[in-house]
Amino acid sequence: MLREKLYKIIFGILAFSSLLFLVGITIILFTEGLPIFHETGIGTFIFGKSWYPTYDPPEFGILPLVAASFWVTLGALLVGVPLGVGSALFINELAGPKIKAILKPLIEILAAIPSIVFGFFGMVIVAPFLQKLLGIPTGLCAFTGSLILGIMALPTICSIAEDALSFVPKSFREASLALGANRWQTLTKVVIPAAGSGISTAIILGMSRAVGETMTVLMVTGGAAVIPHSFFVPVRPMTATIAAEMGEAVMGGAHYHALFAIGLILFLITFVFNVLAEMVSRRFRIKLGLSG
Amino acid sequence: MKNKLTQYFGFLLLWISIIPTLFFLGTIIYFICIKGISIISWEFLTEAPRRGMTEGGVAPAIVGTLYLTMGAILFSLPLGLACAIYLCEYSPKGYVVNIIRMSINNLAGVPSVVFGLFGLAVFVKFLGFGVSILSGSLTLGIMVLPQIISASQEALIAVPQSYREASLALGANHWQTIKKIVLPSALPGILTGVILSIGRAAGETAPILFTAATFYTRGYPDSIFSEVMALPYHIYALMTEGTHPEKQTAIAYGCALILMLVVLLMSALAIFLRQRQRSFYGK
Repeated sequence: MLREKLYKIIFGILAFSSLLFLVGITIILFTEGLPIFHETGIGTFIFGKSWYPTYDPPEFGILPLVAASFWVTLGALLVGVPLGVGSALFINELAGPKIKAILKPLIEILAAIPSIVFGFFGMVIVAPFLQKLLGIPTGLCAFTGSLILGIMALPTICSIAEDALSFVPKSFREASLALGANRWQTLTKVVIPAAGSGISTAIILGMSRAVGETMTVLMVTGGAAVIPHSFFVPVRPMTATIAAEMGEAVMGGAHYHALFAIGLILFLITFVFNVLAEMVSRRFRIKLGLSG
Repeated sequence: MKNKLTQYFGFLLLWISIIPTLFFLGTIIYFICIKGISIISWEFLTEAPRRGMTEGGVAPAIVGTLYLTMGAILFSLPLGLACAIYLCEYSPKGYVVNIIRMSINNLAGVPSVVFGLFGLAVFVKFLGFGVSILSGSLTLGIMVLPQIISASQEALIAVPQSYREASLALGANHWQTIKKIVLPSALPGILTGVILSIGRAAGETAPILFTAATFYTRGYPDSIFSEVMALPYHIYALMTEGTHPEKQTAIAYGCALILMLVVLLMSALAIFLRQRQRSFYGK
């Protein structure tokens, strides 16, 4: 009996590890990131337009980096959402069991390919190809990054959206078809609205994935820390900045703290996305009467 | 008539939407395989790099990735399994459990480079492990923890309630039931999670960028406190450093192919296991 209790307590304590790590990450990012705000002021840090961390005196304005992340993520969504949701609808509505049995593992494999391989592929194949095709000065730009990020976010979007679609009760479809609607009308007027918040969850999580993706954007977006004015210029998203510069930053110096502060902002953005996704998906489950 | 036409075009659009994905997947696998296979040889797999990374093999990077991945699983599997057991078998509902669930979901969404920052500040700097296998493994382990927990949870939930009831009815206590009945039945599902995590940990670069990886070591690592070469980082370094881009790109193709094979093998294994498990419970 005593041993029983002991096991329960041990498992209970270990179960808190995720929370511990999450809290730990938050604390570390704050303690290592906040000192830069004393140095530059929070306004100049977030809204400053020049990022020259190695100049003397250095300038730590992250607006170009935030703009780049926003830009590349937007592009990724333009690619990933239509393809991802389209693929989910295809798998759920049109594909027979055989095609389904092939497509789902293929999309899983796409999700499993490491981001470094995507980045490498983007650098040696996609970028030179796009450079020639579009006649742009360099293939390493926001456009290439968006394209590849969109493909990378697709499995996330597709699999969660597909889950949401499969949760829509059969009776919804049957009722619609019985009223004389055809399959397309049933899909657009009944099934998609019913799965709407589930699909939104998929898009938010896809967005979160794209914002946080590091190696791919580091290798294919070109790395220029300027505020982008088109899709065909090199940019330097937040994740790429941290990955590229942490190696040369002096530990405990201003640059080091600035990179942690970027990490903090990144963390907060993805945190908001994740909480949002959770709230939306809970509403979805309640709406369809599934257990919370 | 108009409705029929709309339906036709709508469905056509859905058919088309799947094509770019398959095309991209096909191209990436095709190029990496075709260009990677020409460099891979016994020497490439078993020898250390020579002449500033332009010749020789990548054996130390393969070994390094092996160590890092093993370390990550050794750390995250017991922890993740304990967490899943608690959530499924001991305390499936309640306020505290909701907090744990939310933190697992949020941890899963943390960008990989942020794990790298955490590892740098805590393991490398604060705990003084330095840039090492240990720091890298722990960082990777925290990163794959949510995946291990979710997979284990799913596997535990899939075990029919009647198994537990039968065991308890025969006089086994709660822990005996978990150990002798629930865990063995859930093993394939847990294994699936572990296999997928191996694939993920082996391929991740950002978390080991500042916690474990280095471009070149003289030989193989001799303790958990030495820094290591790793396949994904090696690809990155080959593409961004050095002076012989063509020779280095060729080697990078080889590394990318090895990584892809590892990941594809792991995915295939996981898919196979999952399908077998589904038919096992008759679902």
